[in-house]
This record gives sequence, structure tokens and C-alpha cells, in this order.
Amino acid sequence: MACSPTRNPFTDAETAAVGVSIEGLSKSFGRSEVLKNVTFSVAPGEIFVLMGPSGSGKSVLLKHIVGLEQPSAGRVTVAGRDASAEATRQQVRMALVFQSGALFNSLSVYDNLALYPREHQIADEAAIREKVMRALQILSLEGSAHKAPSELSGGMKKRVAIARGLVMEPQLMLYDEPTSELDPVMAATISEIIATLKDEYRVTSIVVSHDRELALGIADRVGILMGGELVSLGTPADLRTPADPRVAEFLYPKIDLKNPRFKKLET
Amino acid sequence: MNPLTAILEGIGSTLQLLVSAAGYTPTLWRQRARFIEQCYLIGYTTLPIVAILSFFIGSVLALQAGYSMSNFGAKQFIGSLVGLSMARELGPVMAAILLTGRVGSAIAAELASMKVYQEIDALETMNIPPAKVLVLPRLAAVLVMMPVLAIIADLVGWFGGAIVSKYTQSIAIEPEAYFSVLRRFMVFEDVLNGLIKAEVFGFAIVLVCCNIGLNTRGGPREIGAAVTRAVVVSLILILVLDYFVTKALM
Ligand SMILES: Nc1ncnc2c1ncn2[C@@H]1O[C@H](COP(=O)(O)OP(=O)(O)OP(=O)(O)O)[C@@H](O)[C@H]1O
Ligand SMILES: [Mg+2]
Repeated sequence: MACSPTRNPFTDAETAAVGVSIEGLSKSFGRSEVLKNVTFSVAPGEIFVLMGPSGSGKSVLLKHIVGLEQPSAGRVTVAGRDASAEATRQQVRMALVFQSGALFNSLSVYDNLALYPREHQIADEAAIREKVMRALQILSLEGSAHKAPSELSGGMKKRVAIARGLVMEPQLMLYDEPTSELDPVMAATISEIIATLKDEYRVTSIVVSHDRELALGIADRVGILMGGELVSLGTPADLRTPADPRVAEFLYPKIDLKNPRFKKLET
Repeated sequence: MNPLTAILEGIGSTLQLLVSAAGYTPTLWRQRARFIEQCYLIGYTTLPIVAILSFFIGSVLALQAGYSMSNFGAKQFIGSLVGLSMARELGPVMAAILLTGRVGSAIAAELASMKVYQEIDALETMNIPPAKVLVLPRLAAVLVMMPVLAIIADLVGWFGGAIVSKYTQSIAIEPEAYFSVLRRFMVFEDVLNGLIKAEVFGFAIVLVCCNIGLNTRGGPREIGAAVTRAVVVSLILILVLDYFVTKALM
């Protein structure tokens, strides 16, 4: 899908913005069906936010897009290419910010970030250094460049994982709960980064998040996944007054001390 | 899954890993830093324990040989017995067993934990194949270091035998006599045979331990299970390969 080009955040190189298309995707692990006939597509340069209760299959869906899981049925394509094919990964630069960070524990923070450009010989060591330090600075991590991942707090690990994604200068950036462990200011910063990548560089972003502010603030469209099914797909404006009662309950749960939810389960 | 298909699947995935790692051989020069680090981990850290063990194996061989051979007045041949046993069999096998315990287990643990904590997944999304950056440098390093370990095992074992032969009263053979017999009854091929064996063992151990580590599924408990499996499979493999390589080299 060669629409208008993306510019890389750290260079002026231009590449085609990519779209993602998911058609009838189902996935089962043994007997449990985790994704059920999910269909949607993300346009090049769009910010798509995916929300849903814990265990609804959001992380599994992201793994299909980067080709770490194979569909049981259906098709996932990135830039028109089959996502599970090895060649797609070589042709489309994708970065996934894992829910757990997935930092390389044997490497320092700096080397975690520098691994991708070094391995793919994208730039010389001085230029890599500049990119890495800039990414660390954006995420207020300059002081931690030479720490080991085991010396970081949960939120710092998350930020390093995001920084590592930024350094990859991806055409498609996937975030698995990027703000879940961060303080409100840092969470706002992440939202701004995602929005900036879209506005200035036309990076396509898919963000899994429970963060309603983020979803309503920066998303072009929001999808809601429940029990492996896509139950709602629309603009943030649609979500302010959800029609579906399940979605309303999910997005705006009322804390009712007189009639708590866990007690309802007992009856 | 029944055990037979599990074994076949293990063999299949190991060979697949070998083929894909071998395909990245041209990148080895660019990865020399990783290669050197692995040489250090595989060679240098295993060296002391190989030396200590071979010394005592050589010593015990000399003691036992002295005890049994003096019965029929053949104790002057101790040198050749220790020399041949160390070079053809015990040197390579001991080095391989120690490599399993020291390096194979560490490789399995490291790669299994990388797999469980999604570091392998992260590498794959970055289009950095684990076979290239994790497996190839280790395989190359073991090919270089294993003969070194085996030669050191041989040499130290021979010296251990020589020292015991000199200072044990019932044997009392001077080192000159010991080494002259050792030289007279050994040919270079005996040593070479041993080095080939060591090379085969070392390569197989590292490959198998990498494969088991990379195929770990589940949580932290499976890391431990992967290490155990890697060590057991490696030990069995050493003995099985020992038979076939010995036979092939005869
Ligand atoms: N490798 C796997 N094997 C078996 N089941 C799995 C596997 N990965 C995920 N699942 C199951 O799939 C379901 C969805 O998991 P997933 O991680 O996608 O949830 P999620 O929507 O990301 O939840 P959360 O918001 O808590 O991260 C869960 O029930 C989980 O148990
Ligand atoms: Mg998740």
C-alpha cells in the first residue's frame, strides 16, 4: 500500500506508510478460542487504539500482526503482505513494545537501544549514539543509559522498551499497554509521542491500552475487544456515548459500594 | 506426544537450527566481538576444571595400571597406556562432560530464560534471527576452543600419570622412561582421533543445548526443566557419538 510516505523520526529517509488488514482472524490455543473472527483494518498513518478487558486477546492479536503467532483461521496482512511470512519482517520495519518490556537482560539500556541499528548497519556508531541519546532524552532516561535492565523500575523498563521501538524508526509501531505503569505526566508524554509520530512522520500506530484519556485524546479510531470478539469499532466521539451496554460498562464503570460487582457474582 | 515423535521432532528442529545458523556464517566476521566473548566463556572458564580433572584422571590411570601391570612385569608400559587412553578416549570425553556441565547448562538456561521472558520474540520482531546472533557465535567458538581443551586435557593427564609413576613406590618409573614409552607407542593419529572426537562432541553439545533453550515454552519452572533436559540429552549424546565416532575412525 504505497500511499503518502512516512519520514523516519531520526532521519529524513522516506518510506511508504503501511496499512494493516485483519480479515476473519481466529486463534485457538488447544481448546480455548482466544480470538473469534476478528476483522478490521488500520489505514496507513492512522492511530488505532484497541481496548478491552484483561484476557480478551489484545496481546495475542498484536503478536499476529508482527508474525509471532500464526492464525488458526483468517488472514493478517501488513502493507498487503502476509504478516506471518518471514519476508514481511524484512521488508516492513515494525516495532512492538511488549507488555512486559522484553528488554535484553544481558545488555545495558544503551545497548538495548543500539542493537537494532547496529545489527542492521543503519548508521555509524556516532550517528547511532546520537539517535539513542535522543530517544533516551525524549523519555527522560538519560541518566539510565548505562544501567542494566534489572536495575530499573517497572515504569522505567516500559519507557526503555518504547525508546527501543523509537530508535528502530518503524513504519508500523505497536504498543502493548504503553502507559499502564506510568505516572500521569509520563503517560501524557507517551500519548504526545504517539501523536507526534503520526503527525510528523506518518507512522502507523496500533495501541493496546486501558487508558481512556489516551484513547479519546489521540486515537483516530478505537476498537473494543471482548472475549476475543470485536464488539465495537468507531471514532473516539462515538465512544463518549456508547450504544452497547457492555461497552458503556467497560469504559465508564461505576463504583457502587452499596451493590458491589463481586457480590453480584455470588448470587 | 509420544516419546518417539518427541525425539524425532527434537532431531528435526536441531538440524533445522544447524542449517539456519550455518547460513549466517558470512556474518561471523562482523560478529567477532560476540565470537570472542563466547570463546572466553567456553574456553577460558572451562579450562581450570578440565585441567584439574584430567590431572587426577591421568594419576588414577597410572595408579591402576601400575597395580595391574606390575603383576606380569609390564609396568614400564604405563606411559603408553596412560598416553593412549587419555588421547583417544578420556581426554575428549572428560572435556565434553565438563563442557556440558559448565557451558551446555549455562547456554540452555540463558536461552530458555530469553525465550520465556520474550527476549527471543523481541529479536524476531527486530528481524534479528536468534540463529545468527545467539547460536552461530557459540558454535564457532566451541569449534575453536574444544580442541584446545582436549589437548590440555591430554597433556595434563599425561603429566599426572608421570608424576604418580615417579612417586609411587610400587611403580617408581622415571619420567624419561614414561615419556619415551608414551612416544614410542603413540602416533600422531591417536591424538588427532581424540581431537576429532572432542570437536564432534563439543559441536553437538552446544547445538543441542541451544535448541533446547530456544524451544522452551512456558514460565520460569520450564527454564529449570530445559537445563536438566539439555544436560541429560548432552550426556547421552556424548556416549552414543563416542561409539559411532570411534567406529568411524578405526
Ligand atoms: N501462548 C498461549 N498459550 C495458551 N493460551 C494463551 C497464550 N497466550 C495467551 N493465551 C490466552 O489467551 C487469552 C488472551 O490473552 P492476552 O494476553 O491476549 O490478553 P490481553 O487482552 O492482552 O489481556 P491483558 O489486558 O491482561 O494484557 C488469555 O485467556 C490467555 O490465557
Ligand atoms: Mg496483554
